[in-house]
Amino acid sequence: MARAAVSAAAATAANPAAVVRLRQAAKTYWSGTLEVPALRGISLEIPSHRFSVVVGASGSGKTTLLNLIGCIDSPSSGTLEVCGEEIASLSDDALSDFRARNIGFIFQTFSLVPVLSAYENVEYPLLLVGMPQAERRRRTLEMLEAVGLAGQAHQRPNELSGGQRQRVAIARALVKEPQVVLADEPTANLDSATGASIIELMRRVQVQSRTTFIFATHDPQLMSHADETFVIRDGELLEHRRGDRR
Amino acid sequence: MNLLIKIAFRNMLRNLRRSLMTGSAVAAGALALLLFGGFAAYIFAGLETNNVQRIGHLTVFREGYFLLGAGNPAAYGIDRYRDVIELIERDPTVGPMINVITPTQSLVGIAGNFSGNVEASKTFLGTGLIPSSRERMRQWDEFGASAGYVPDRRMSDEDPSRGEIGVGLARVLGLCGPLGLHGCPALPGARPPSGAAAGAASRELTDLAARDLGAGAQGADPSPQIDLLAATAGGAPNVVQLAVGGAEPQGVKELDDNFVAMPLGLAQQLVYGRSEHKATGIVLQLHRSEDLPAARARLTALFKQKHLDLEVRDFGELSPFYGQVKNMFSAIFLFIALVMGVIVLFAVVNTMTMNVMERTNEVGTIRALGVRRAGIRSQFTVEGVLIGAIGATVGAALALAVAALVNHAGLTWIPPGNATAVPLRLDVAGRAALVGGAWLGLAIVTTLAALLPANRAARLPVVDALRHV
Repeated sequence: MARAAVSAAAATAANPAAVVRLRQAAKTYWSGTLEVPALRGISLEIPSHRFSVVVGASGSGKTTLLNLIGCIDSPSSGTLEVCGEEIASLSDDALSDFRARNIGFIFQTFSLVPVLSAYENVEYPLLLVGMPQAERRRRTLEMLEAVGLAGQAHQRPNELSGGQRQRVAIARALVKEPQVVLADEPTANLDSATGASIIELMRRVQVQSRTTFIFATHDPQLMSHADETFVIRDGELLEHRRGDRR
Repeated sequence: MNLLIKIAFRNMLRNLRRSLMTGSAVAAGALALLLFGGFAAYIFAGLETNNVQRIGHLTVFREGYFLLGAGNPAAYGIDRYRDVIELIERDPTVGPMINVITPTQSLVGIAGNFSGNVEASKTFLGTGLIPSSRERMRQWDEFGASAGYVPDRRMSDEDPSRGEIGVGLARVLGLCGPLGLHGCPALPGARPPSGAAAGAASRELTDLAARDLGAGAQGADPSPQIDLLAATAGGAPNVVQLAVGGAEPQGVKELDDNFVAMPLGLAQQLVYGRSEHKATGIVLQLHRSEDLPAARARLTALFKQKHLDLEVRDFGELSPFYGQVKNMFSAIFLFIALVMGVIVLFAVVNTMTMNVMERTNEVGTIRALGVRRAGIRSQFTVEGVLIGAIGATVGAALALAVAALVNHAGLTWIPPGNATAVPLRLDVAGRAALVGGAWLGLAIVTTLAALLPANRAARLPVVDALRHV
């Protein structure tokens, strides 16, 4: 396992396989007149087709980093490139379309649409990219089958357990075959056994689909599966560790 | 779009109580608007029917009569009016539109009753008409708003000296007893028949009128007689005797105290004496009110083409009361619509604001999945519109049901300008424009109301929405 303090130059060394590139990316929030820096000029590259984990204490900037990578927030300064696209150049609508095509989200609180069934929740991202109905149906059923919820397709989120809801969320994130899946504390609201099964599931589908997974987590179980680990502290990249798994 | 409606419908059911309350406000708005609108529509139809039955759709006058002729109708008589009527009837545009065309003669004068123990006189406003034409006009009922046609046999073409008067005039002239009218006070100072010595002038007037009418017209008729005195077109005084066939309340006291209807020939005899008989107006009643503008335009063009100094006025101009009532009801309807619109607006804004607040996290989630701002705006707008559309539809259905109940309940009332009670009706079912307009208006209000919170939801930064608990 390589372990090194990460300099900006080292972190941004050209990596043609990188799916995410940040250069001196900073994010500052304002609380009234008080300036709150969340990220302080981070530079890093996240390689594609890997199981990458961002770790750090609460308030270290993990979620902010994921929000930037997920294109749901923009850096106050610096540049961000995701899937080869310079994000700052995109309008709000173009960003929405970009997310719809390239990025899948798995949230800590599952965040399923409560009035839609498991099937409809998984199908939702495919409707956004205008996929034909037959193809939509095939992919949705395959994905529900893959996460072990074929029998619960017509149940609403409030009729599912926490683990089942997170499986639906994973299926929803993966069904459009995005280049990047972002998961913010995906096991935080699950018991350890369910969390372990969810990690196994994500790892399995990541290997099968060769999608890039990027997590923000405190979960040691999840960290143990990481191909790449980025340690954040006080809004700065403290360490980049490469795991053994390839 | 299907997904939008599906999500909107399910969210509406998810917050069923809130949706019901908001939908009820919209339904109440639709109900109030349609019931009042139906009532106003019925009033308009009733007023129009009443006016068209009395004075037709259009009246042709000598140029200037409408503005100046009231003081001296005789000076504004239409020469050779029968030729004008024939010209109008033969016109290929207007002719087929006409239901009734008939001449009238307006006049003013003094009516006196000097019979027996009574000696009373009163100024009158008279109309000379053809009784059979008036009866045909009274049967016009394009909108089904008439209280029902009852033949009036108090005047006929066969009796050239019989007419009718207003109840007020009958009261002033002391004719309540002879006419069998109830609720009339006796005239003060009426002299007893035995010692009566009617004034010499009054007797002379009666004798003069009797001589003018001819002996044959008197004697056999048991109806009370009154004398009508007026100035002829030449300025000389003239008098005729009228057999009063009955009295009819006129709705407005001023008219009731002055009204005299008489056969056209008698009126012409009074106004023109032995000179050429003219008419002050030619009344046209059309088959359909919607032909009025076309008929008026054609008549105006026709008179200009023939170099006739005639003008055309419609019943709205001749009866300003119609326009005033219509304007008043329209203003009340607008006021109710505004109040209901504001109530619906606030109800929907409140409901949709609560929906947006409760679903802020969901907004963040679907924005993260790739839904554009416009998609969020559409989502909440569709929800508001759906509640509004269902509420307005329910309100319209309720209004139709209530209107049907009222229409079959046999209620009656006396509308403005009427002297007799007519059935109370709410004209909702036959008013597609009213129902459609109210529905559309409420749908537009709910759309606008939903747009405000929908815009707020669409503008939410994604990360802030996701953080919302």
